[in-house]
Amino acid sequence: MFLINNPFAILSEAVSPIFMQSFVILMITLVVIGTLVDIMHKKNVKYFFENAKKAKLSATKKLTTSERIGVISKTIISDIATTSELGAGKRRVAHVLGMYGTILFWVGSVIMIFCYSNQSSNTPSFWPIIWHVGAIMTVVGGGWFWFFLRVDVYSEAQPWYRIIKADLFVLALIASSLFGLIWSYLQSMNLGDRWDDKVFLVLYIVANLVLFGGVYWSKFAHMFYKPGAAIQKNLAEADGSRDNLPPEADAPKQFGLGITRENPKHY
Amino acid sequence: MSTFVYMTRCDGCGHCVDICPSDIMHIDETIRRAKNIEPNFCWECYSCVKACPNHAIDVRGYADFAPMGHSVRVRREEEKGTISWKIKFRNGTVKDFVSPITTKPWGKFIPKLADADKPNQGEINSQILYSEPEGLNTNKELPKVEKSSFKKGVYY
Repeated sequence: MFLINNPFAILSEAVSPIFMQSFVILMITLVVIGTLVDIMHKKNVKYFFENAKKAKLSATKKLTTSERIGVISKTIISDIATTSELGAGKRRVAHVLGMYGTILFWVGSVIMIFCYSNQSSNTPSFWPIIWHVGAIMTVVGGGWFWFFLRVDVYSEAQPWYRIIKADLFVLALIASSLFGLIWSYLQSMNLGDRWDDKVFLVLYIVANLVLFGGVYWSKFAHMFYKPGAAIQKNLAEADGSRDNLPPEADAPKQFGLGITRENPKHY
Repeated sequence: MSTFVYMTRCDGCGHCVDICPSDIMHIDETIRRAKNIEPNFCWECYSCVKACPNHAIDVRGYADFAPMGHSVRVRREEEKGTISWKIKFRNGTVKDFVSPITTKPWGKFIPKLADADKPNQGEINSQILYSEPEGLNTNKELPKVEKSSFKKGVYY
């Protein structure tokens, strides 16, 4: 069963683990550089802190450290870990699937490449399973989003095959997981000198280069900005500044008609 | 004045795209977040501002007064059926308003006016609108503005 095979241990017969480890370090470096250049170009972090400082001036309550910790913990559990801002529908399920799939896939890759990439190393079956399941979750979540849930398709009636710059991240993510899975499967079949697994290994490497090297051009860095923005939003709600929003209405349940919004697909 | 989107708040759900009567709220091709593609054609109806579940849309004032610290923001709470406004004036005055949401599901509750009683002259002259006050979900008498309180020289 290919799910319990460490694909990097098999690969180490042809490629030195040092190369694999250097590749991972290069990818991490590309992410750091891409994010920093993105921050410098967009000036979004500067704006974010200036705005937070301005909002503080209209705060009606000074939060204690324990209140702050409470708000931040609640944000981590609700907004960040389960992406509550996406509501209770399909978008949230697909996002959570893709998010945790990607985390498992990346963590599995790093552990297997740095700890179990020698031919002699005996990989516990836990890590290959984590890696494969993570890749499958990413492909399912990403594919679901790509084909059905993308706002361009869902609300703007664009065809699913219309590719724009905003798709760079999701497509590269799906491609890296999918090609990784196919490569692992073909490699486990021990095809000898056949070309199949090598082609998919190259595609897997290219997809990773596009994903991690394209941070500046893609929305990769949103995974760093979004948690910060969610924490600031909930802190502003707690200290009463609320980004100038009105407070929650103190009204009886039957105040209005209580109409529930319809899904946005009336294009 | 026109709408703009706080990119960190927007999650690209498409509610504003759906509701904009001017069809100027679109999805950005680089970051897949909402944007106003033609601010000159925005008539500040606030539909998108109210529809946004993440309070990611705001209305930008004209350049001559925008830097003076005014703000008009809204919070729509469907479960309570309320829509709340916070108006911050340039001089620092803040006013909060809470109103019931009176939107009805599309195609339902169409008043059958032809079957209704013909209004008498008193009802026509009244400041109370059709279906008020029941339509506002209140049995209280609504406040009236007496004509004598209007400014002199203004005729209605």
